[in-house]
Amino acid sequence: MTMTATAPHEHHEAAGFFRTYLYSTDHKMIAKQYLLLGLIMAVVGGFLSYAMRWQLAWPDTEVPGFGFVGPETFNVLVTNHGTIMVFFVAMPILLGSFGNFLIPLMIGARDMAFPRLNALSFWLLALGSTVLCVSFFVPGGAAPAGWTGYPPLSAKAEYTGVNWGLNLWLLAHAIEFAAFLLGGVNFLTTVVTMRAPGMTMGRLPLVIWQQVAAATLFLLSVGPLIAGAVMLLMDRLVGTGFFIPERGGEPLLWQHLFWFFGHPEVYVVLLPALGAALEVYPVFSRKPVFGYRWIIWATICAGALSFIVWAHHMFVSGMDPRLAMPFSITTILISVPFALTVFAMVASLYRGSISFELPMLWGLGFLAMFTTGGLTGIFLGSAPADIYLNSTYFVVAHFHYTLISAVIFGGYAGIYYWFPKMFGRMLGTRLGQLHFWSTLVFFNLTFFPLHWIGIAGMVRRIANPLQYEMVAPHQWINVFSTLSLLGLVASQLVFFLNFFLSQFRGRPAPANPWNATTLEWTAPSPPPHGNWGASMPAVERWPYEYSAPGADRDWVGQRAPTVEALLRGEGRA
Amino acid sequence: MTTMAHAPTHLSEAASRSKVAIWWFLASEIMLFGGLIASFVISRLGGGAQVDHSQLNVLVAAVNTFILLSSSYTMVEAFACAARGDRRGMRMFLAFTVLGGLAFLGIKAYEYTGEILHGFTPWAGTFWSFYYTMTGLHALHVAIGVIANAALCVGARLGTERPYRVEVAGLYWHFVDIVWIFLFPLVYLS
Ligand SMILES: [Cu+2]
Repeated sequence: MTMTATAPHEHHEAAGFFRTYLYSTDHKMIAKQYLLLGLIMAVVGGFLSYAMRWQLAWPDTEVPGFGFVGPETFNVLVTNHGTIMVFFVAMPILLGSFGNFLIPLMIGARDMAFPRLNALSFWLLALGSTVLCVSFFVPGGAAPAGWTGYPPLSAKAEYTGVNWGLNLWLLAHAIEFAAFLLGGVNFLTTVVTMRAPGMTMGRLPLVIWQQVAAATLFLLSVGPLIAGAVMLLMDRLVGTGFFIPERGGEPLLWQHLFWFFGHPEVYVVLLPALGAALEVYPVFSRKPVFGYRWIIWATICAGALSFIVWAHHMFVSGMDPRLAMPFSITTILISVPFALTVFAMVASLYRGSISFELPMLWGLGFLAMFTTGGLTGIFLGSAPADIYLNSTYFVVAHFHYTLISAVIFGGYAGIYYWFPKMFGRMLGTRLGQLHFWSTLVFFNLTFFPLHWIGIAGMVRRIANPLQYEMVAPHQWINVFSTLSLLGLVASQLVFFLNFFLSQFRGRPAPANPWNATTLEWTAPSPPPHGNWGASMPAVERWPYEYSAPGADRDWVGQRAPTVEALLRGEGRA
Repeated sequence: MTTMAHAPTHLSEAASRSKVAIWWFLASEIMLFGGLIASFVISRLGGGAQVDHSQLNVLVAAVNTFILLSSSYTMVEAFACAARGDRRGMRMFLAFTVLGGLAFLGIKAYEYTGEILHGFTPWAGTFWSFYYTMTGLHALHVAIGVIANAALCVGARLGTERPYRVEVAGLYWHFVDIVWIFLFPLVYLS
């Protein structure tokens, strides 16, 4: 902490509450704002899933704390649970918070390239979240047309009876896209132009590579969906006929535009989580990452392929059936780079001296759960199997395994790992252990049985399973899954408790509590405004120098002792 | 609150940041218009969105194309002036560019009025839905460019102190121009 004394920018301590916490342009404060917003929206999204699962287990009974659900409200719950969790929880935490916090600290910069634009991105997102929450309270209620908003259902207010709720839902998306477009431009510009001396792209930590890939995928895939959203809004408000058959429109066009974005969007969420796990493995196995370059190339290949797989979401949509074969092939192909990454992860752990600290537990949980979700993806990616399984709870189980492995397991791996740097205190381990093990158990108990009820024929988005003869005998699965969800929700309360207690009572964190090599651990915990005081870091090696033969300890940091030493070529291993 | 930490130390650093940022931004814009234009082309190939070209005013649109292309030229000149510190020249060429943009928007509005008076409203068929959405979104981009260029023209110090601002505005303006070069043949001629 004494480093700040010599820093040329120490005066910020005197800044008022408004400038410090609200209108802050410091990337670390903005990262905390994203994290808090994401957690608040997670509570909202989680509450919706609780009401939804209660309705499925005990149809048409009063949900405690929510009220009567019924078919119309069920549609609203399904729609907004999906929207909130993907766009207002996963992206703010994994991209907004992790990206903002880590990019400058790990590439050796004082802040993002455009700090004020950065603050603007966050406040736009906060506005978008507010608009979405407000949509619940307008006449007619919130959007009920599914998180994918398929027309014709979504294209005319008469079809759903919801006018303003759906318009606001579209508006909230538009604002969210603008926020992450500006944020993505900021991320990419920062990584391209602001790396510390010696920080070549080949020395960039993998999590930064993954953030770059995620931001690029978002920037390049969201355009067509924005176009689609403009068209849908025109259909609703102006009376055009893009997606309405009776006006000569084509509802399938929306599905193409949506999924052209939708599949890359999965990776926008997945890749930062994958990156967090990849930072955690070497630190807690004291071993370099295996296949650094292979992982980067695999990410690039998967990113490129993700633009030509979208129609696997549309095998039974009525599109030209000749498209099924090529899209099946690209979909099976895309599992190759991911399989390669998973093998590289396993090889990174192989024969390491693994210590099961909390970030590592979450990291390993990510690997196990993500692989499970990936395996069911192979069933769904091939058209013949998908024709039977599509739109069932098998799909619901599949994408919760892939998305929850990323958002919850990968996200917590990152939060537990970087919490000391972010807040200057260690997260409590005892509550942390309880949190991890109960989440792992209850998550699997909640979602694994959904594979079975899906195979048995329960389709998505039905409000009352008891009305279907072939599903009713399996109702115990719905009850079991809902009871397990209550356990899963309770486990997250443990996290919230730990999170807030540790802010005040946690053990003060040293600068480098995990003996890690990357640059952020050379700044104080928490880093001051400007991150490193007067002397900025320079970099002299790749980020995973663990247990190098001949070194006097089992890790050698990326940071060169001084810029001058770097230029003279001293201190090389 | 101090800005020490993030004030760019060199002009060239700020310039390269802004240029990298605008290129990434334009990449996403290409995908936006790309998605819209691809939707139009696909629905055209599928037999929808057909139109009788006599209902469109090709001559007026051709004049408009010429005006927009010329304004791209004056934008290039404006940046050349800014780069050598010629504030008066920069202002003059920026003013021409702004006028070109305004003329384009005025002529487009004239076209819209004529079409709507003949009953070709946005809900008159799929072609007209695409026509108004594509050209309208483009016109919105033109309007934003006009505002940016006008700001640089009025606050000329913004431009001569930091010529890269004019360059960035120029890159955006050329992009808007290129979009129109795709839209014009697709909408009016094909
Ligand atoms: Cu997909």
